[in-house]
Amino acid sequence: MLRMIAKRMVLIIPNLIGVVIVTFLLTRALPGDPAAYFAGPAADKQAIEQIRVKLGLDKPLIVQFGRYVNDLVHGDLGNSLSTGQPVVTEIKNRLPASAELTLFGLILSMVIAVPLGILAAVKQGSWIDHTCRVVATAGVSLPVFFTGLLLVYVFYFELGWSPAPLGRLDAFATAPAQITGFYLIDSVLTGKLETFRASLSQLLLPGFTLGIFSLAPIARMTRASMLAVLASEFVRTARASGLDNRTVIITYAFRNAMLPVITTLGMVFSFLLGANVLVEKVFAWPGIGSYAVEALITSDFAPVQGFVLTMAVLYVVLNLIIDILYGVIDPRVRLDG
Amino acid sequence: MAKKAQKPSKLDRNRPTSMPLLDVRDLTVEFATRRGTVTAVKNINLTLAKGETLGIVGESGSGKSVTSYAVMRILDRAGSIAEGSVVFSGLDLRTAPESDMRDLRGREMSMIFQSPRLALNPIRKVGHQIEDVLLQHAQVDSDAVSERAIEVLEQVRIARPRERYHAYPFELSGGMCQRVVIALALACRPQLLIADEPTTGLDVTTQKAVMDLVVELTRERGMSTILITHDLGLAAAYCDRVVVMEKGHIVETAQSSAIFKKPEHAYTRKLMRATPRPGVTLRDLLPEGESARPKAVAKTAEAKAPAKKVKGVETPLLVIEKLVKEYPRQGGAASLAKIFAPKPAVQPDMFRAVDGISFTIARGESVGLVGESGCGKSTTSMMVMRLIDKSDGLIMFDGEDIGAIPARSFARLPLRKRIQMVFQDPTDSLNPRFTAARAIADPLLQLGGIPRDEVRGRCEALATQVGLPLNLLDRFPHQMSGGQKARVGIARAIALNPDLIILDEPTAALDVSVQAVVLNLLQDLKDSLGMSYLFVSHDLNVVSMLCDRVIVMQTGKIVEQGPTEQVMVAPQASYTRDLLAAIPHPPL
Amino acid sequence: MNENISTTPVAAAAPKPENNSIFRHARYVVAENPVTGLAFGLFILIALCALIGPYIVPHDPLASDTTATLHAPSLKHWFGTDQLGRDIFSRVVVATRLDFIIAIASVALVFALGGFAGIASGFFGGWTDRIVGRISDTIMAFPLFVLAMGIVAALGNTVTNIVIATAVVNFPLYVRVARAEANIRREAGFVQAARLSGNGDMRILLAHILPNIMPIMMVQISLTMGYAILNAAGLSFIGLGVRPPTPEWGIMVAEGAANIISGEWWIALFPGAALMIAVFCFNLLGDGLRDLVDPQRRT
Repeated sequence: MLRMIAKRMVLIIPNLIGVVIVTFLLTRALPGDPAAYFAGPAADKQAIEQIRVKLGLDKPLIVQFGRYVNDLVHGDLGNSLSTGQPVVTEIKNRLPASAELTLFGLILSMVIAVPLGILAAVKQGSWIDHTCRVVATAGVSLPVFFTGLLLVYVFYFELGWSPAPLGRLDAFATAPAQITGFYLIDSVLTGKLETFRASLSQLLLPGFTLGIFSLAPIARMTRASMLAVLASEFVRTARASGLDNRTVIITYAFRNAMLPVITTLGMVFSFLLGANVLVEKVFAWPGIGSYAVEALITSDFAPVQGFVLTMAVLYVVLNLIIDILYGVIDPRVRLDG
Repeated sequence: MAKKAQKPSKLDRNRPTSMPLLDVRDLTVEFATRRGTVTAVKNINLTLAKGETLGIVGESGSGKSVTSYAVMRILDRAGSIAEGSVVFSGLDLRTAPESDMRDLRGREMSMIFQSPRLALNPIRKVGHQIEDVLLQHAQVDSDAVSERAIEVLEQVRIARPRERYHAYPFELSGGMCQRVVIALALACRPQLLIADEPTTGLDVTTQKAVMDLVVELTRERGMSTILITHDLGLAAAYCDRVVVMEKGHIVETAQSSAIFKKPEHAYTRKLMRATPRPGVTLRDLLPEGESARPKAVAKTAEAKAPAKKVKGVETPLLVIEKLVKEYPRQGGAASLAKIFAPKPAVQPDMFRAVDGISFTIARGESVGLVGESGCGKSTTSMMVMRLIDKSDGLIMFDGEDIGAIPARSFARLPLRKRIQMVFQDPTDSLNPRFTAARAIADPLLQLGGIPRDEVRGRCEALATQVGLPLNLLDRFPHQMSGGQKARVGIARAIALNPDLIILDEPTAALDVSVQAVVLNLLQDLKDSLGMSYLFVSHDLNVVSMLCDRVIVMQTGKIVEQGPTEQVMVAPQASYTRDLLAAIPHPPL
Repeated sequence: MNENISTTPVAAAAPKPENNSIFRHARYVVAENPVTGLAFGLFILIALCALIGPYIVPHDPLASDTTATLHAPSLKHWFGTDQLGRDIFSRVVVATRLDFIIAIASVALVFALGGFAGIASGFFGGWTDRIVGRISDTIMAFPLFVLAMGIVAALGNTVTNIVIATAVVNFPLYVRVARAEANIRREAGFVQAARLSGNGDMRILLAHILPNIMPIMMVQISLTMGYAILNAAGLSFIGLGVRPPTPEWGIMVAEGAANIISGEWWIALFPGAALMIAVFCFNLLGDGLRDLVDPQRRT
């Protein structure tokens, strides 16, 4: 088991290298002058020259790459032009907001999608099966920013059940003391239930927006792989041995059916992290996605680069966790290493 | 989970033995499909006495499996019992509630399936899978259950059962998996065992071991067994009585001692005759009346048989010397894996699939290459075929060292025309998007050098030669039967008048009656065209009928070669003797 | 099926040739699943809007009218007007063409590149496979939308770059499908047989393997069309690619986003709904096509 984890960790190294190279190329292979790009639209010639020397853009590409890697190792992602703050600090401060939102959305969708998919497969052809199919196709077709706006209109403007879609807490509440950075968890840990309620009410709409979005692929995959496994020979053997329905569906079918679902989670995370950016913009969520969007508008490139890099590293790590999870369930992976 | 006492059974195990254990009356099973209701089996009548072994034999689509699923009531969602009754030990299974059925399955009636590896949950330890069944039927306390599971494994002759208890199916061989499946089925000591093609896909020696085990265990316990198989020989060898099914009907029920001696029904006779067995010729396989008839084959083709043999001095057509094929033992991540390997690998990095074999094939000769799966016979044929490159050794074809030509560039050489192949799976070997005519024409167009407007005529001549009705030439593979597809494959192989054809298990995917026809066709073609055959097969019986000489391979090496008669009657190597002994011997 | 026992050629009792079986099957699929028929109808509608939309709309999509800002839907303005008094119906219809072109261009690009790279890597294996695999692994290491953001931000804020970015992020999907399909067939009997018949590698790839993979690639195309539209709209929603005042669904939703809170729902709703319907249509078509191509794999 440990061997498998170690091996997986080695295997992500090429991916990380790829990520670093691509983010480097994104900045240096720009059409036009990268120095002008980093200096921003307002800079004059002299400022651009200064930036060029400061960033080492006058050096050969390989030297620049070395310098880039060196900066990365020292945790330096450059400074934001508009705020003057180091990008790393900003990202560090905003990451928990994004992570809380993404995980909340994922958990919401798993809780709904997995049982839905199983029921749809077990009761194939029933109304729940049809619901699952409709949800699965409709869910992937909904532009996530559009769902978000619809939810805001219905639950904030029309019904008034939800607070204004402006960030993690309304203006009158104070943030809980920072422990994990997740407001839900921190407020519980510090015993501030009022804050918990306030942050939960802010989180519900964006969380559901993401949840609806990621629900579809999970439900679809669960249903499909449950169907495949239920039709498999070992389930037939299990039935022919008189095992009861619960054992057949849970111990035999479900655990096997989870394997493709876990693989799909990688794809779901890819979608979620991307959709996160759009949802943060709709709900003015102070995460790294909205940070990047703001920077994009002002042509402030360092934050965008830092954002892309952070997201990629995050995603690689998530995939690693998924791989390990897979190994925990599947002995073929675990034992073969 | 601890269910202390055995659940009271709804069945009375002490009923008078004169009553049949299983009584199937007028069973009709229907399936709801897109095109309406399809009747899979119609008015089946079966009885099975206590302790009796019954064989149900039929070709694909005969409804033999459906019958057994209906008995167990594990038909697919679409299938249902439309008529009739199934009475097991006095209980009507058709009307029994599902909960009763669940108690019966695994406890009173068990089933083992084809492809043992697929029949086991791939991510659950085999020991736990056996425990699931034991606990379900309250056969044992939960604290004693693992001991009991090990005991059950021991009973099916699994070596080191205590270790194997913790194994996952992927860590066991196919034969071992089938033993686990048998253990699973017999764990609760049921009264009835249904074995659905239990040995299909297993090697013949493994088949014998598995069948012997099943028979021994069921006899010991006085169980009744239903063996479902396509192999009449296997059924007759292991069963008391045999039921022959065709297209959903039972055509004959007979004692197995009688089935080969005096089959009643025409279909049984045909099936019986088509079953390869020692001491018969290819012609004997065909139904009566067919064998005596002169062959209409090949009269149209230019008979070049005599011409070829005379040509020059009698040098062998193909000479194989010390041929070797090595493969790296591990896949792409090997180097990475090594870093984390707890200790350096003991095994060498290279695995020898073919380990220094030598043989020859004379002009017009047919040679059989026999061995069990993994013995290297297919690798050998692929190398001779020049589809893969050898690691070492010589492949001389008609005096030319073709082994030295890389497989990649061999495709477009004129030599390519002279060595062709008939593949194992007729479906897989035809391009789904090509019509039969296009498939046969492909070699003609690529290598034949025939004007385009003559290709069609040539295709039709070839089709006639292999007995393929001309109106089928414009069909796609999915619109043809297995036998028809096999004929297309053969027509394609002979299209360029090759000198050597490699037959790679050409009938393994076909029903026996079709196999009989195809084997005869191959023999006729050889006689009229004077080609040489290298017949690769796992089945000594089949090979012996078509081949002049037989080569037996085991783990990459040749253990014996000689004239067919000699190898079949007086085998030298002990492995050959094992192989011969493992072939089912029906009472003839 | 009944195999004829005789070795003489006889017109055996065999199934009748089904020359029109594809059409019959298509009719069956539509009859079985009327939703596919609906999706096909929607597709025609969308294609029509893209083709002739700009010539039939009642208003100039760019003309602002300060006397008629933020009007709710009415007979004059079916979908209402926006902050500048532009007619939303006309803008939604006219935008179809741009969104459609972006999607088609990017899918065509990725189909050509990814499809070919995938087939080659599945068929040849070895170094080709390793290089193609490395490239798609690297792309897959990024959350796709985030990478698309990065690419457009770096290459410049143009429609062409949106097309490129969308194609790049879809590359691994095409490679995976094409590679897997080519890989299964690499050792298939009919490919071996083609080699024996004297076909070279290239010919086998183009004449034997490619036609067998095309149906599955068509399904992939239909499914990624929807994703391509979503991706492009998402990018313009956050201000990348298409710029105002060009009518485009993503931008229009973004423009209407601020008004949602004050209750002017129609500005964002109609372009958003158009977007949703278009994506929905392609996804349904993809599912329908899959049923057509491979009835066993329907989910």
